Amino acid sequence: MLNIKKVCLNVAVTLILPAFAMAQGDQSPAAKPNPNMESHVGNLTGHSKAGGDLYYRYCWGCHGARGNGDGENAPYLNILPRNFVAAAFKCRSTPTGTLPLDQDLYNSIARGFNFTNMPSWAALTAQNRADLVAFIKTFSARWVTEKPGDPIQIPAEPALTVASIKHGGELFQKLECWKCHGQEGRGDGPSASTLTDSNDQPIRPYNFTSDNRSKCGRTNQDVYKIFMTGLDGTPMPSFADVIKPEEAWDLVHYLRTLQVNNSSPELTLWESTPEGKEIVAAKKVRNTYTGSGIIP
Amino acid sequence: MNVRGGSGVNRIATRPVTSLIYFAVLLGILLATCQQASALPAFARKYGMPCSSCHEAWPMLSPFGQQFKDNGYQMGNDRDAPIFQQAAYWPVTFRMTPVWHRESTDKMAVDSPDGTPLGSEAKVTTHGFDWSGLDFHTGGTLAKNFSFYVLPSSDNTGAFHFETVFARLDNIAGSSWLNIKLGKFELDNLLSEKRILTLTNVSGVYENYHFQPVGESYTFGIGDNQVGLEWMGHSKDDRTRVSAALLSSNDGSPGLPTSRGYDGFFAASRAFEVGGFGLQRVGAFAYFGEAPTYYQFTQTAPDQDGVNQTVPVAGTGIGNKGFQRYGLIGMWYIKKFDITTIYFHGHDSAWLGTNTAATPGATLPTGAHSPSWNGGLFESHYMPNPQIMLINRYELTRMSQQAFGGAPTTYYTPYAGNLGNADVLTFGLRYYPFISSRAGFAYHAEYAIIWQKGVSPVTATNTSTSSLLFGFDFAF
Repeated sequence: MLNIKKVCLNVAVTLILPAFAMAQGDQSPAAKPNPNMESHVGNLTGHSKAGGDLYYRYCWGCHGARGNGDGENAPYLNILPRNFVAAAFKCRSTPTGTLPLDQDLYNSIARGFNFTNMPSWAALTAQNRADLVAFIKTFSARWVTEKPGDPIQIPAEPALTVASIKHGGELFQKLECWKCHGQEGRGDGPSASTLTDSNDQPIRPYNFTSDNRSKCGRTNQDVYKIFMTGLDGTPMPSFADVIKPEEAWDLVHYLRTLQVNNSSPELTLWESTPEGKEIVAAKKVRNTYTGSGIIP
Repeated sequence: MNVRGGSGVNRIATRPVTSLIYFAVLLGILLATCQQASALPAFARKYGMPCSSCHEAWPMLSPFGQQFKDNGYQMGNDRDAPIFQQAAYWPVTFRMTPVWHRESTDKMAVDSPDGTPLGSEAKVTTHGFDWSGLDFHTGGTLAKNFSFYVLPSSDNTGAFHFETVFARLDNIAGSSWLNIKLGKFELDNLLSEKRILTLTNVSGVYENYHFQPVGESYTFGIGDNQVGLEWMGHSKDDRTRVSAALLSSNDGSPGLPTSRGYDGFFAASRAFEVGGFGLQRVGAFAYFGEAPTYYQFTQTAPDQDGVNQTVPVAGTGIGNKGFQRYGLIGMWYIKKFDITTIYFHGHDSAWLGTNTAATPGATLPTGAHSPSWNGGLFESHYMPNPQIMLINRYELTRMSQQAFGGAPTTYYTPYAGNLGNADVLTFGLRYYPFISSRAGFAYHAEYAIIWQKGVSPVTATNTSTSSLLFGFDFAF
């Protein structure tokens, strides 16, 4: 069942919750951050004290000495660094508005965020990253008063079919994804220029043609999670209450066909159909390599 | 660190006067021949990251900085191409070091006006204020996966040369295992001499990287930048690194000055995690080189006094003979303490060792051997925080076979077995009063001493040379 009102509500919740949380973090006298936190990632236990040393070597220039995203370089970044005091995180396995798992933060540090200044820190040791996760949790009282949400269940990916891709395309229209992401998925929909994040900073919707890496990972499961958890702090809402899991998978399959410059099973299958071949050919732009790495 | 009260970094940075006075007591000296090093605020400005992200203590790279370098000075976030920078951004960094230094050598050949006999030896000590040469780094990306580095570098008289000039194709076909570099560049030495933390005349280079047996005339240093083509590959997380280079046999000199020969360099390493200690790395390297023993053609040319001299014609060196350098390296981290260990082995052809022209039909002098030697390096660092680094290094080289070795005969007198053996001991301190993404500054203090066997210029006895240095090392 598609419910646009629910989508709008989710957008509002996605943007308002972090702001509310930030206000709570700043003002509530009862809730204070815990300076001694741990993280648990697989067999690793991260410790905030060790993480602090690492944070003040690697992270503070952007995220700030107090973790509120106001590092001395923040004014020069066009996507502001994460505000750890607000404790609203984009990439989670948990429902919108809830805290992420330690593993989610660990993965974000290792992966980095494409099209932002946040690099991959895979060069650090696993223990280093776990320590950093523990330290990040010392910035917000949310980690004291709340527990991470229950991770969403990701059902097995159904078989890839042309019908699945086509149904995903229909959902793309019905859910009005195109309003932000554009009909061709280039991040240039009619609403794109009006969007702001929880910091009131302009934010551009994801351009699917630019890469095959989403903000939160490269796999189909990563894209699925984005639909079902939303990207907290951005206008991208959770669709968990709006679409069924099998519909989310259809949408994943369709979005892969928008990534016309990156080969994928979905694109290959779609191009094997006369309709898909024509559409993809029309979307591809050739001989315009600018050196940016992004094909327009 | 006290999180709520602000970082230790900030607290110390707010007391520059106190820290300056404190270190002014300790530091006094600086070295005149500061080595070129790659510590680039230009990169920090581009990415808005503090220098401590890529450097344990600049110019020494951290694992993250090594990954950034191996990736072609790219973070890999599709924000690396110049088009994403402000148009005014210029990827340039200057580095220079005003110093006070004291140099002392106990046996120098002198012929002084005070009556000292001609050809005697004396201890010579001098000291004073000085400055290093200027390093003019420019590097980064031309486009995504096209990187470059150009380093005009001067001595302290302002005479420039090109220390580094290369362009690199990165991540060819989307693979981090396929990177091709062409130009003049530093060999893929894990312990980079271009990022050396010590600056004195004695310890501004690694002894093992430049050691050659007594009496040889060809010049080679594995620490010198070389000219050629390099393939380099690495895993995404940079844990595994391999490289191979084809190089012209001229020790990085421009204009093909010696022969038409080619050298090869190979390096491989693997990093692994040991609990909470940190990232450990072990590796190996090998250099197979050759050098000419004579020139196919010579020509006469007047020297500065107008007297005709016979000089080799550049590029016509022939009678090439081989030399090799091998090594094993370990980089060990125990939280805030780390130590790098290197075993080094060198081997030269007897023709090179005895400076014998390998002309057709020529034979080696009686008693000639291929000189070989072994070396070791132990360099440790302790960093209580990203602003302070204590440095200690001990290097040793031991000849295992002299060019003229063995027992004396009626035909020749062999070299002493320990001739040329060297020991170098270094202590240093670097303190960074601020850590920024815009510029770098370090108070530098260092003492280094080298002992060598049998190399004094007149009496062929043991020598020692020491260097004390204090300075302000800055880059912007």
